[in-house]
Amino acid sequence: MNSSINTNAEETKASPQGRFGGAAIYKSLEEVMDPEIPTLSVIDMGMITGVEETSTGVRVKMIPTFTACPAIYVIKDSIQKKVESLGYDNVEVQLDDSIIWDSDRITPNGKILLENFGLGTPQRHCGNFGMEEIVHSKCPHCGSEDTTMNSIFGSTLCRSTHFCFSCKQAFERFKPV
Amino acid sequence: MEAIKNLLFRMADDELIYGHRMSEWTGMGPIMEEDIAYSSMAQDKIGHALANYSILEKEFQTAIPDKLAFFRKENELMNSQLVELSNHEYDFSLVRHFLFDHADFIRYEMLSTSSFVPLAQLSKKIKGELKYHVLHADTWLTRLGNATEESHARMQSALNELWNYALGIFEPSDYEAQLIAEKIFDGEKVLQRKWMEKISPIIEKANLKIPSSSTPVYGGRKGYHTDQLQPLLTEMAEVISSEAEGTEW
Repeated sequence: MNSSINTNAEETKASPQGRFGGAAIYKSLEEVMDPEIPTLSVIDMGMITGVEETSTGVRVKMIPTFTACPAIYVIKDSIQKKVESLGYDNVEVQLDDSIIWDSDRITPNGKILLENFGLGTPQRHCGNFGMEEIVHSKCPHCGSEDTTMNSIFGSTLCRSTHFCFSCKQAFERFKPV
Repeated sequence: MEAIKNLLFRMADDELIYGHRMSEWTGMGPIMEEDIAYSSMAQDKIGHALANYSILEKEFQTAIPDKLAFFRKENELMNSQLVELSNHEYDFSLVRHFLFDHADFIRYEMLSTSSFVPLAQLSKKIKGELKYHVLHADTWLTRLGNATEESHARMQSALNELWNYALGIFEPSDYEAQLIAEKIFDGEKVLQRKWMEKISPIIEKANLKIPSSSTPVYGGRKGYHTDQLQPLLTEMAEVISSEAEGTEW
């Protein structure tokens, strides 16, 4: 699913506790939710860039969605607690500045969850998008394409505000970034 | 090293001060969407300031970001005077937003290929976020420039008033030659040229005119500020300076 994830340790190499498993740790992060969209995990959001064994424990690497994301410290803390709950002692959660988050990193499952949460989703843009992609969103309520954008800003940094002419409902959308 | 530090301080201080000015529209915007827009952009700016201060701390062992943001004296701040001016009315705020954010966007775009890797990485990230700020500014500038006689006159008068301050963004530092030679940053001159190329057609589309005579307002980058900065700094630091050392929230 995510080629940049480093789970090379897998179950083969023993940790100081004798049970290091990158894949298992990675899997456990599916239960760590984004506080602003509590049905989406940090995995669905594409925020995890690596799980590594260190000489003394485990390092999880992550990237914030927005530079000014206020939830980042909460998320870091939740990841730490989650991995510790698996029995690891020396858990380090590191902000990875070598990879830049963009909305293409949201997994297909993540996009379904976003819609179920009531948010429009960003189209895949491969780093190239303009006004058209920013303005146009499918309605997450009725699926209509007959919508308009009211504002490129919304209730959190990652959302814009839209209106659907078909079901006459306002909705927010996760912006393409 | 001094050259990079100077560049980072100029950028971080711009974002910090401008972010606070933008946040003053929270709860005061003329319509709800604009209230939200300014609040969101303010949050971005403060985040960008924090990211730049964090590079200073990590790479150059300066004080922690909170100390840099809230405990420096007025004459130690290197923001351009443009960003410290009071908000005045909405037309004034919008035109400043347009002039500043285009320069900010192009600056980060240029820095995304900087030889100073931490800044290049940050810039790649930030320029994607600033795309929305620039779009917001362009939308309103062209809309109000072309709407009614009053809105047009207000936008033109704000542009006239702000123009020389906007040119002050590009006040050269003592390190221009070094930054260029070391491929850290192509310099304020190139930035200003790109900025002019970018904003001129948009201003034209808004049916507005760039003032014919111009004298850049310099000084901000060397710590000389207007009397509008100190009251803002005092307000920004009000909470943190009332805390006992080591207070945790």
